[in-house]
Amino acid sequence: MTAPTPSQTVGPFFGFAMPFGGDAHAVPSGSPGAVRIGGQVFDGAGEPVPDAMLEISDGDQFARCGTDREGTFHFTVRRASHLDVLVFARGLLRHLATRMYFPDVDLDEDPVLKLVEPERRHTLVATATEGGLHFDIRLQGEDETVFIQL
Amino acid sequence: MTEPDFEPPYLFPDYRATQLRAPRRELVRLPDEWFHHRRGPAFGRVPVSPADADLTRQHRGEPLGERIILLGRVLDSDGRPVRHTLVEVWQANAAGRYVDPADTHPAPLDPNFTGAGRCLTDGEGVYRFVTVKPGAYPWRNHPNAWRPAHVHFSVFGPQLASRLVTQMYFPGDPLIPLDPILNSIADARGRDRLVARFDPETTEPEWALAYRWDIVLRGRGATPGES
Repeated sequence: MTAPTPSQTVGPFFGFAMPFGGDAHAVPSGSPGAVRIGGQVFDGAGEPVPDAMLEISDGDQFARCGTDREGTFHFTVRRASHLDVLVFARGLLRHLATRMYFPDVDLDEDPVLKLVEPERRHTLVATATEGGLHFDIRLQGEDETVFIQL
Repeated sequence: MTEPDFEPPYLFPDYRATQLRAPRRELVRLPDEWFHHRRGPAFGRVPVSPADADLTRQHRGEPLGERIILLGRVLDSDGRPVRHTLVEVWQANAAGRYVDPADTHPAPLDPNFTGAGRCLTDGEGVYRFVTVKPGAYPWRNHPNAWRPAHVHFSVFGPQLASRLVTQMYFPGDPLIPLDPILNSIADARGRDRLVARFDPETTEPEWALAYRWDIVLRGRGATPGES
């Protein structure tokens, strides 16, 4: 076994290189089962993180979105039980992994959520809004998002 | 025997930006089958053309700087090639300036250089780029802080756990021992894994120096039946 090549931060200057056409859409808007997910990434001081990049996937679906000046991101995906989410940013020497569950998940039944302290489970569940779903990521501090050890 | 782990910590105060961005709560450990061994993202939607691997031919003229060939293999932790996986690179130009509008370093932009490329590994796991050697550039992490010359790499691999974003450095760079981002890796063997080797065999006479850098992804290949 060879040890894996270690990670280094994505840095602040990936925005010109990583985007590709339609990258934030895993499925087209308006297609059957399509739902728009929006949210913000915050740091430990509660400030938006303007230089983060998120990738969401569930094996079949894949989308990528960089955050804007307000730390905002958005995706259009096909409804699923949950999505795996990877977070890259300046200041993250290694990316973070988490999960976003859709709002109808049973918090007491899901095997992954069962491993999370009950008072932190809500950080993994999107909330329904008028235009779709809302899911914020808090890297540090109060209400810190539950992250998965890689 | 467990393999050594060279990963940097999330919190490394000498790299200032980690202080408010590193999680402080314990990370949740899941069984590997639930997360790490899940199939990696279907990156096939990212458009890749062979021309994307030559960063010196994306504009009308040739970029200024030292032309280089950058190549290596992508392997899994058992040493098997990771075939047909997406490799993305991005970098500063020869003067140490990124095209990215967020970069305010007063070094010249090069109208003939963007600094972004991508390719798929071949049947042997080999990737190959032609580019120019990036310059060092200042950053405001601490007084008189300069990043060593580096190329950013993003690689997918077959599983969710194999996803890697990292940076490749050049041998002999005097800034390497001073860099908090590289020094976040505590073990010198781990830091050395991020430094390419000059490759005189692949260097093309009258054309370009070559640097070789192999990448090992976390986890075993998704297709253990193949040799």
